[in-house]
Amino acid sequence: MAENLSGAPAPLLSIRGLTVGLPADGDRPEAVSEVSFDIAPGETVCLVGESGSGKSVIGQAILGMLPHALPVLSGEVHLDDAPLPPQRDPAYGAIRSAQVAMIFQDAAASLNPVRTIGAQLAEVLEVHGVPKRDRKARVLDVLRAVALPEPERIAKSYPHQLSGGQAQRAVIAGALLLEPKLLIADEPTTALDVTTQAEILALIARLKAEHGLSVLFVTHDFGVVAEIADRVVVMEKGVQVETGRAAAVLHAPQHPYTKKLIAAVTPAPRERETGGTDTILEATDIDLTYRGGLFGGRKALHAVKGASLRIEAGRTVAVVGESGSGKSSLARCLLRLEEIDSGSIRFKGEEISKLTGKPLQHLRKSLQVVLQDPYSALDPRQTIRAAIAEGPIIHGTPKVEAHAQAAELLELVGLPAQAGGRYPQEFSGGQRQRICIARALALKPDLLIADEAVSALDVSIQAQILDLFADMQKRFGFAILFITHDLAVARAIADDILVMRRGEIVERGPAAQVFASPAHPYTADLLAAAPGLDMFAKGDAA
Amino acid sequence: MIGYILSRLIRAVATLLITVTLVFLFIRFSGDPAAALVPPDAPQEVIDQYARAMGLDQPIWVQYTGYVGGLLQGDFGFSIHTGLAVEEVFLARLPHTLELGLTALAMAIAIGIPVGAIAAIRRGSALDRFVMAFSVFAFAMPNFLFGLLMILIAALVFGTFLGGDSASVLWPALTLGLAAMGSFARFTRSSVLETINAPYMRAAEARGVPFRLRLIRHAAPNAAIPLVTLIGLSLGALVAGSVVTEQVFAWPGVGQLLVRSVATRDLAQVQFLVLVVAFTMVLANLLVDFLYLLIDPRIRAS
Amino acid sequence: MTDVTAARARPAIPLSVKLAMGFVALFVLFALFGHALTPHGFRDTSLFDRLKPPGTEGYPLGTDARGRDLLARLVTGAQITLVVAIVGTLIGAILGSLLGILAAARRGKTEAVIVAAIDVQASLPIIIVALFMLAMFDNSFTLFLLLVGLNGWEVYARLMRGATLQAKESGYVTAIRALGASPARIYLRHVLPNILNIALVQFTVNLPLTILLETALSFLGLGVQPPLTSLGQIMSEGRDRLMTAWWLTLLPGAIIFCLALSVSMIGDWLRDRLDPTLRSER
Repeated sequence: MAENLSGAPAPLLSIRGLTVGLPADGDRPEAVSEVSFDIAPGETVCLVGESGSGKSVIGQAILGMLPHALPVLSGEVHLDDAPLPPQRDPAYGAIRSAQVAMIFQDAAASLNPVRTIGAQLAEVLEVHGVPKRDRKARVLDVLRAVALPEPERIAKSYPHQLSGGQAQRAVIAGALLLEPKLLIADEPTTALDVTTQAEILALIARLKAEHGLSVLFVTHDFGVVAEIADRVVVMEKGVQVETGRAAAVLHAPQHPYTKKLIAAVTPAPRERETGGTDTILEATDIDLTYRGGLFGGRKALHAVKGASLRIEAGRTVAVVGESGSGKSSLARCLLRLEEIDSGSIRFKGEEISKLTGKPLQHLRKSLQVVLQDPYSALDPRQTIRAAIAEGPIIHGTPKVEAHAQAAELLELVGLPAQAGGRYPQEFSGGQRQRICIARALALKPDLLIADEAVSALDVSIQAQILDLFADMQKRFGFAILFITHDLAVARAIADDILVMRRGEIVERGPAAQVFASPAHPYTADLLAAAPGLDMFAKGDAA
Repeated sequence: MIGYILSRLIRAVATLLITVTLVFLFIRFSGDPAAALVPPDAPQEVIDQYARAMGLDQPIWVQYTGYVGGLLQGDFGFSIHTGLAVEEVFLARLPHTLELGLTALAMAIAIGIPVGAIAAIRRGSALDRFVMAFSVFAFAMPNFLFGLLMILIAALVFGTFLGGDSASVLWPALTLGLAAMGSFARFTRSSVLETINAPYMRAAEARGVPFRLRLIRHAAPNAAIPLVTLIGLSLGALVAGSVVTEQVFAWPGVGQLLVRSVATRDLAQVQFLVLVVAFTMVLANLLVDFLYLLIDPRIRAS
Repeated sequence: MTDVTAARARPAIPLSVKLAMGFVALFVLFALFGHALTPHGFRDTSLFDRLKPPGTEGYPLGTDARGRDLLARLVTGAQITLVVAIVGTLIGAILGSLLGILAAARRGKTEAVIVAAIDVQASLPIIIVALFMLAMFDNSFTLFLLLVGLNGWEVYARLMRGATLQAKESGYVTAIRALGASPARIYLRHVLPNILNIALVQFTVNLPLTILLETALSFLGLGVQPPLTSLGQIMSEGRDRLMTAWWLTLLPGAIIFCLALSVSMIGDWLRDRLDPTLRSER
């Protein structure tokens, strides 16, 4: 199955027929089955798959870190033509960091919280026998090499004092200390904002060019693949389904699963009849401040600053921004889950920002929400039928009728009606999000606010849920306010775009216009940073 | 960091003030405080004289400020049992209780923590199962029964009588420290297990740091953070346990004094001891909070 | 993932927990029907039958210094210990849980007062509070029950406050609030059922502690007063004769120990089954 590269230089890393077992109670017998691929010197190979595809197992196997529960059943891994020792062998001490280094998704968590960055980096040198007098200078050098400002200060800092991007840079610095030949990066940018992600990807690309580093980049995101990969290995449920040059896989994927993953990050804007012009919701100059703690604890945070927006019936507005931009706070204000400091919110012409008690409960019928995390959004002690029927029952529908309606809604969102008696824990993330949508729709709202409603889901599931939103909107005609950090998602679903930054709305306009010619420099930065967006720009041109 | 120190100090002072106020209110409203503070057979004129001296004819807030002022000046009252100042009676017994309590704490730490850590590292081994069983045993064993068993075993096996201040501190200390030992072992085990599986341990492994070094440098300091809290909290259990243990071994410490004072209704002595316990506990919790500053950089930064 | 629950078999109850359940059942039966085992009342004295060892005819477990039947005394002691343990633990559980939920639900001044009360209680071991109160007020069974009931209320309050705050911030409460549910509906139907487990687990931790507190106070002679008796009080009366009449201390002591051990073993097992952190399917 391995690609034969006759005439190419000898591979740095060669994996042949690697099969790793799973414990008896796993959902399949093998974590990965018969995986074979090579990494040439100076090459970046992207290992792509969704959660549970077994992609992270391969990285662990190369470093000899597989737990006892995941035994290597067959296959071999060669580094520089020499076979690697058996898993967990002490001989790996000389390989880890020195020849193969690894970085993880959550950089801050992969650093010991009670020791300084400098001490943790110096430790790598220490355990590989670098004399004490050389360590400090080398740590500062490598911190400089990853473009961290003030390396002296960073070395003295503790992990919690760094931002997510700085922590990932520090971890990359640690990985480079001994100038390894191969860097295994396990979803290193998934937890980061797009602009930070772009910086980290650029850093890895630069280091690769400067040091001739090979990179095995584990990711679920084909946008990232388009940015950095030389070659791609696609995994589905432990099976290697497609392998090839990046350009070939991206533009002419062979396997249906690959096609699905690529389609998920490059959704084309939908053809749609734009909704009416009746204003459903209009917010003017709203401000929200979270107060700080009594004794110095948290500082007061001005989360939303003078935001104004208008949503018309049947249309979809996407609010785009990075973490901390205030986009979710804005949603909570409009939902009347937070009390705004000032401004006005008019819903169907009625001022709602001061409503309390019964009138507020009554208003909520027309204004529904779908939250980010489908795992926590459903009461674990309530059957999904009861969850969907709860809204109508609160607003006076008889129980029998509400339950019948819940069964219909379940079918409508693509779940069997007889599943209604089950509890949320029995469903997957995507299924739970369908249930949450059904619960919101049970009240036949005029406006549905979706707060990062697909970001906790695997990419292929994201596409299905976005389709469901669009279908339901066509059927019921409600307006959607879609909060997202993901420009691809916004592009897929929105008629209009609002861009938020530090609590302010910095840009607004029809989706096509914002994407084609952003007016605000920040929007332009976001677009430039979004991995793979230029890929579908090319696609559009073709 | 200054905000942290300040908020802890304010909380400590507030807690003490509330405790003092509650003690004051309970004594004032539980009957005639003058009658309660003098011997039960005292004639009425003595009680009246005492009441005037205590200012019981004054408004309640004058009495309250007088009471708190008295405490601040070290005027704690006299024991009806001995006629001595309550703090003198207390100080005479304090060394015995300190000897017993500190020995018990040292035993609990020196045995409980290493045993719990080894159990976590050898998870699932026979030793691990033994440690878990021991911690359940220690939790459920009443210290008065364990103390009596110690006395019985010492008498039947070694032919020695345990009791009084001439006897070895080790037997009562083991009795007092047993429960803490069990809970330290159990808690250390779960704390170490949690840190052993933390992402930074995987990352350190990936960086090539050997197992032993990972344990000492990465797992131990992180596992120690919650243990500091536990040791602080165990002080309350030790204070409570010493009341019973001292009684069983006839150990002439503060716990025995408290039981005797309650039995003889020596209210001045009891209220002083209650305030001493509250003060000690608040101080210990404050120490734990400040220790955090030393061992956890996350709090130092806040 | 859909079939996870269907496939998940209920784990078998370990033998140790079965034995513990057996002992607790036996203890309850002993307390309820034990008097049928002996013709003697627990207060009947007999000057001719003083300090008889176990196995004496008519007195299977022996007698004390006043010739009272130890079996009859143990049955009454077991009854009192059972009542005090259950009622006492319930008082603390209900009081503490309500205060904790109230603090989290109301925030502001209510919460500040409750948190201060928790701090004060946490700085005073319950046995010290109990001794202080017993020095001031006449010892009565009701007072004693209330004092024992205070045992651990602050732990419930702290746990339930934290759990309620967490539930309030959770996605499902946000979503259900957005459906238009009233606060009463949210708390009664959604928050309470989800945090009840935590109180239940704490109940099983607290129950043996309450048993130990009751027996310790009674052992000190400051708890249950004659003519009533409890297991701790029987031990207290017998401890001066430890060397000569061991049964007076060791038999009630063994019952107390086995009871506390059994209850805490059942509690540990229950916690493993109910612990929400172990239950999450993520």
